[in-house]
Amino acid sequence: MFKHFINLQWKSFWRSATLSSSLWMKIFMGFWALYLIVAMVGGSFGAYYFIEKELCLDPLVVVNRFLIYWVVADLLFRYALQKMPVINIKPLLILPFNKRKIVSFAFGKTVFSFFNIIHGFFFIPFSILLIVKGGHSALNVLLWNIGLIALIYANNFLNILLNKKDNLIFLVGGILAIFGGLQYFGYFDITKYTAPFFQGLFDTSYMVVFPIIVLIILVIISFRSFIKDLYLDAGLASKAQSVKTENLEWLDRFGKTATFLKNDIKLIKRNKRARSTVLVSIMFLFYGLLFFTGAIETYDGPVWRIFAAIFVTGGFLLSFGQFVPSWDSSYYPLMMSQNIRYKEYLSSKWWLMVIATLISTVLASGYLYFGWDVYLAIVVAAIYNIGVNSHIVLWAGAYVKTPIDLTSNKKAFGDKQAFNTKTLLLSLPKMVLPLVLYAIGHYAYSPYAGYALVAVAGVAGFAFKDKVFDKIESIYRTEKYKTLWAYKQKK
Amino acid sequence: MIAVHNLTKTYSGNTVLNIDNLEIHKGNSFGLVGNNGAGKTTLFSSILDLIKPTTGHIENKGIKVNESEDWKTITSAFIDETFLIGYLTAEEYFYFIGELRGQNKADVDALLSGFEDFFHGEILGQKKYLRDLSKGNQKKAGIVAALIGKPEVIVLDEPFANLDPTTQIRLKKIIKDLAADPEVTVLVSSHDLMHVTEVCERIVVLDKGEVVKDIATSEATLKELEEHFNK
Repeated sequence: MFKHFINLQWKSFWRSATLSSSLWMKIFMGFWALYLIVAMVGGSFGAYYFIEKELCLDPLVVVNRFLIYWVVADLLFRYALQKMPVINIKPLLILPFNKRKIVSFAFGKTVFSFFNIIHGFFFIPFSILLIVKGGHSALNVLLWNIGLIALIYANNFLNILLNKKDNLIFLVGGILAIFGGLQYFGYFDITKYTAPFFQGLFDTSYMVVFPIIVLIILVIISFRSFIKDLYLDAGLASKAQSVKTENLEWLDRFGKTATFLKNDIKLIKRNKRARSTVLVSIMFLFYGLLFFTGAIETYDGPVWRIFAAIFVTGGFLLSFGQFVPSWDSSYYPLMMSQNIRYKEYLSSKWWLMVIATLISTVLASGYLYFGWDVYLAIVVAAIYNIGVNSHIVLWAGAYVKTPIDLTSNKKAFGDKQAFNTKTLLLSLPKMVLPLVLYAIGHYAYSPYAGYALVAVAGVAGFAFKDKVFDKIESIYRTEKYKTLWAYKQKK
Repeated sequence: MIAVHNLTKTYSGNTVLNIDNLEIHKGNSFGLVGNNGAGKTTLFSSILDLIKPTTGHIENKGIKVNESEDWKTITSAFIDETFLIGYLTAEEYFYFIGELRGQNKADVDALLSGFEDFFHGEILGQKKYLRDLSKGNQKKAGIVAALIGKPEVIVLDEPFANLDPTTQIRLKKIIKDLAADPEVTVLVSSHDLMHVTEVCERIVVLDKGEVVKDIATSEATLKELEEHFNK
């Protein structure tokens, strides 16, 4: 029976319309995975020796303290990135397949997911160090590992369940952020309460039973709920929620652009996939913490500040902009046969990115805590984002011809799109140019000269807005038929 | 109104459309019939400049569709669900199309009020996104959206498919009314020979991309078409 499933999967991969680009992407993802593996293994050695030599603490105890964050962060990443175990179920339903088999295959696939295996690259070297260097008992280390594996797999199935609910993950992420903040500022330390549990996994042999029980319960629940869902009017149905017509008339002040702006706002509000760009931009808001807190030494260089600030203010711009016009792929023939001026269409997307960048900049004022200097970097980066990056992102997007399935939020990252040499080349001025500009100013004169250079580049970018829009328009025109054809190719 | 010149479309050596010359006159109601793969949708898509012909060109009111975009102001179409914006409600969609075609909300509302029968209470005020409507209701919304803004050329691909019998009858009336307007040219394709003979003044039969019949509709037309397809 499984033979058939594997056969179907095999064919669906090799016969997919976008194979060539997806193969490239697979290779790219391969490198990315390799990088992560190396980082994980390196991290485990680094963490062990750093904690032992520099902090003079027991690595096991310290790691146990932070494991709760590890586990929750794992869940968040899974929610954002891990693909759901979807096989093309509908045609199989009426065939003589046992439903349990269908679900087991779908679940079985997730067991081998990279998201589960990657943890091993940290914990296995770390455990070996614990035994060899730390002199801990091998049995205890093994039990600790079993407990952790159970937790990781519990996350795997929890994610399957969570994915059915829409906004639960924001709650989880919010709680994580709050506890993280409370701990950082020293008000409340949740790890005090969770660390004994993880330590218990190590010290007390029977503790390992708890995560295993949790895992078993989660497997059973998700198995049952999936089997129940194997009906066209249950899990396989597309959910239709009751909705209200919105007019968003306050946007009419933007003139002709408002027509599209209204649509784009609805696009973001009403589609899972588009909403996840907002999630990404919120995540990027916190990205700066890695840099400005001095948490990671290599990021302490002054040039990195600009790098971080570009992401902090430009999360939405980068994640949304790179897929213009793919966001409209599902109704592109309409757009192409309607009475539409490309300029108005583009400037709507542009305004959206500008507004989002401004909001991010205001929200990022929390970074004032780290000093005026840091916030200045953020403001300067915002100017650069608005003045230069917003145009470049749209320009690069014009070459992306991957249809977007708005209703599913998976594949939001990486997966095959946005990857061709042209977009890669265009990413240079997005990321590298501001760093170079800043470095020139910083090392030749002073940090402020660096900021000024980046800001001036940003302001100068405005001058090219019309030019770039003309260029994009001509790309849209010349690539029109190809784009229409490409958008027709459903995965 | 529409003039097709030496149009061919070839996909990897396989010619799917080959029309030397075809003129559709202003105010005409034009029907296109043919079996699957005859090239109906390809022809309509070429008229809308959605696919690039291998040779030849199409003029819409004297405008070459692949050179200028001015024909877009006078032309509207509903080919398939890719002409719908799935995450909008029907009203939002109508207003959006209205704004694109220079119609304000009141204009659109006035137009919509004429289609209450046709909508049968299943389109407006539904609290549903278009993507959650049934195929038939999506089609109703798409067809009516194609009538917004007084277009001079209306292209409808298989408008009768997926509609329930009552709606089919109402749609026939709508198309006949449009056809009666000397300013409006309607292009319709269908697999239903009866419907198409009833609403169109002229019927063209496509077979493997070529025009094999070009008939001015009369009493005998239905029979003639049935004989043709029963070969």
